[in-house]
Amino acid sequence: MSTRLIGEPVKRREDRRLLTGTATFIDDIHLPGMVHAVVLHSPHAKARIRRVDAARALALPGVLAVFTHEDLGAANDPMPLLNNDRGFIYPRTHRALAPGQVRFVGEAVALLVAENRYVAETALELIDVDYEPSPAAVDLMAAARPGAPLVHDDTDSNVACRTPYHFGDVEAAFAAADVIITEELRPERGAAQPMETRGVVAQYDASTDSLTVWDTTQAPVSARGLIAAKLGMAEANVTVIAPDVGGGFGVKIMLLYAEELLIPFAARRLKRPVKWIEDRREHFLGSNHERLMVHQVELAATKDGRLLGLKDVFYYDSGAYCPYGPINAECAQGILPGPYKIPAIYTEYIAVYTNTAIVSPYRGAGMPHGNFVMETMMNRLAERLELDPAELRWRNLVTPADCPYDGGTVFQYNTKLIHRDCDYPALLEKLLAVLDYDGFRLAQPGERAKGVHKGIGIGCYVEGTGIPPYEGMEVRVEPTGFVQVATGYPSQGQGHQTTLIQVVAETLGVEPDKVNVQAGRTDRFAWGVGTFASRAAVVGCTAALKATRRVRQRALDLAADRLEVAASDLEIVSGRVQLKGVPDVGVTLGELAAAANPIITLEPGVEPGLRAIDYHRPEGATFASGMHGLIVNVDIETGMVKIERYVVVHDCGVMINPMIVEGQILGATAQGIGGTFYEKLVFDEAGQLLTTTFMDYLIPTAMEIPPIEIHHLNHPSSLNPLGVKGVGEGGVMPVAPAFALAVEDALKPYGAHINAVPFGPPDVLALIERRVKF
Amino acid sequence: MSGETRTIRVTINGRDYERTIAPNLLLSDFIRHEAELTGTHVGCEHGVCGACTILHDGRPARSCLMLAVQANGARLETIESLANGEALHPLQTAFWEKHGLQCGYCTPGILMTMKAFLAETPKPSEAQIREALSGNLCRCTGYQQIVEAVRHAAALLRGEAS
Repeated sequence: MSTRLIGEPVKRREDRRLLTGTATFIDDIHLPGMVHAVVLHSPHAKARIRRVDAARALALPGVLAVFTHEDLGAANDPMPLLNNDRGFIYPRTHRALAPGQVRFVGEAVALLVAENRYVAETALELIDVDYEPSPAAVDLMAAARPGAPLVHDDTDSNVACRTPYHFGDVEAAFAAADVIITEELRPERGAAQPMETRGVVAQYDASTDSLTVWDTTQAPVSARGLIAAKLGMAEANVTVIAPDVGGGFGVKIMLLYAEELLIPFAARRLKRPVKWIEDRREHFLGSNHERLMVHQVELAATKDGRLLGLKDVFYYDSGAYCPYGPINAECAQGILPGPYKIPAIYTEYIAVYTNTAIVSPYRGAGMPHGNFVMETMMNRLAERLELDPAELRWRNLVTPADCPYDGGTVFQYNTKLIHRDCDYPALLEKLLAVLDYDGFRLAQPGERAKGVHKGIGIGCYVEGTGIPPYEGMEVRVEPTGFVQVATGYPSQGQGHQTTLIQVVAETLGVEPDKVNVQAGRTDRFAWGVGTFASRAAVVGCTAALKATRRVRQRALDLAADRLEVAASDLEIVSGRVQLKGVPDVGVTLGELAAAANPIITLEPGVEPGLRAIDYHRPEGATFASGMHGLIVNVDIETGMVKIERYVVVHDCGVMINPMIVEGQILGATAQGIGGTFYEKLVFDEAGQLLTTTFMDYLIPTAMEIPPIEIHHLNHPSSLNPLGVKGVGEGGVMPVAPAFALAVEDALKPYGAHINAVPFGPPDVLALIERRVKF
Repeated sequence: MSGETRTIRVTINGRDYERTIAPNLLLSDFIRHEAELTGTHVGCEHGVCGACTILHDGRPARSCLMLAVQANGARLETIESLANGEALHPLQTAFWEKHGLQCGYCTPGILMTMKAFLAETPKPSEAQIREALSGNLCRCTGYQQIVEAVRHAAALLRGEAS
């Protein structure tokens, strides 16, 4: 028997260095002779660059170089298109440095390198750029109309992509409906805003023509491939290392951001180590944004509340380029039906270029937007039919008896939304019981009579997690008895090191302190894709399980040979292979590893070492689910909303480490609350971002985030041997619609409808006043 | 870039640092790049996120909002001083046990803020803890496990919990 680790709240291996200030974040890397780079960003949303004159900057003592697109040559060709959506009309990707034309405020125009950051920032202001500004397309819906200023002059429309999707007979469904609800819903712009901004450090070794790049990326393996290709180098001569990274949430993966190419380029050109650290304003302006969509939705139902059909035609703000493809839109439509049975669905997403920062996934990657749409439509339908929102949901949930059930849409990687390994009615029952939903409803009229505006809201979601293509893992037992685990995907705080140790140590039968993990360094393992889409546990840990099982089998076979017993009579306990019931007869894994890597002899056809590499390539996404409920108290004088209770019930399958799972849910829910009531990126008509500090873009503090109660109702996934479903993003999913419903419920006497998130106290007051006036 | 410099002397974690520096050097940069104490992190450089919080003569201060020359003669404490050799401070122990950190970037600023807070408020209520934390942004945790960790640390410091 080995120690049980999977499922235990094991304290994190990562924490000591983080708690003592001895971690190595990107700006902590200091190399001898290192110089510092800063980026010149476009101050215009759309302009032609007539001339860049760096003479005054270069004259400043300490300035080493200024690079523009002309210096880059072929390295400045457009970045790759990561997702070639079938509906693309005009795919356009960015370049490292804008060649002659800028398309958003914050786009990189030049790179300046100086002896130190202070000199570099002073010098940056001495670069003279002659811009010829022209009208910009900023508002999404205006940009989509014919005649709008073009973001890309070689197109005849800002519509980048238009992708329809049909399931069932939608026209018949709507023709048969007793009720049709129509709404326009807007999740507005927001941003991930990890506490550490982005950064890159690069060192070039001319004697071997090799580069080492430290990068805050979520995808070092892919970044290495692109950096090598762009610079015309062999991949083998480029190492990318993701050091300790201070949060990612999607914004730290783009392939490539300008600086991920420019800093290695400059290091190679100058033959000195170069560091670039983004400041917060740059992060707001130039790093990717998320969220803005406009959904034009119709929901058809019978008069007793049975869903018949759904149509959602939605516009998606891609920003100035679309390197990811309209992936957030694809994900939004992929999970649109949530946990409900809808026999007919039509979706169409229209991705539109605007002269704003590029949009790419932020925690949930469009799925929270889709969920906001579906859940808000359910709430409107409940209101029309005079049904309680919870009752309407009861009538439409997919049940375990229905499973496997085709939800109708197709998620990323052609994964049909097939409901399985789930029990949505049990989730709803638990949520309502924990909230004392019926008790709240009974008490609500009395509270209202006293002038207390309390409301209750719920939100139900299904979330695609653990997507392909694959991750890989090497598990290797050293003669020392230490076990080295190496993989390509890095961590940005999720505790991957700890969960991998749990999986490997339990599966192999070693003590966890004997296992070490190297992740996110291409010099240790250079296969895999990256950290995103709640896939580390599903894809990465499954790869670890498979590799470890192979090592275990090899150890048993080697020991069986040596001990002259059957492998099936052996067990591995604390790093020692021993005879079941006769523990004195045995051999350590270290001894087996040494014997498997002999100095003198090795049998022909036998691979040396006690090690294995394995990969996991899931068939498609693994769907997780959950429901949130909250009780709010609205101050109708100020519009402030106080969350009095917040309850999460969820199903993420087997939990490798419940403490880490809860941390993921709590953090994601807090980001959902921020995105619902506090955080909004605001542009003016000229495309200037007005919210470029934490004083304008409000990240919630400990005062705004309430205590959150979590209840686990996990059903193991049948799609992988660990039984896990992804959990990194689920907490964000239903926050906006549940929160909005709670506020609408509190303001029911005012007939409040919330169609856009985030909304804030002024919007709440407007909802109240509008009703009073009419 | 006048090339003007000033010589300052500060005590950080009990050690004296005398450096000749540019007068526009931020204290956060001085700590990180002159004293090479990189445990103090910079999150926003405009005084909101609290990641760069240190103790300045015993009181929490945002090192990104001060110039290094303003700290001349001051006694500073940073995250590197919190543990006593290998022995972690109760705050560090509590954050580890309660999963009070994820990426850990905001953690040093929070720990230094909480060190001063718990010295003044040894038996804090949850509301007091949340208010004391409200000057430090964390994007990973949603604060709940931080609040639990601070409460646990307070108990450890009072000698009430094992």
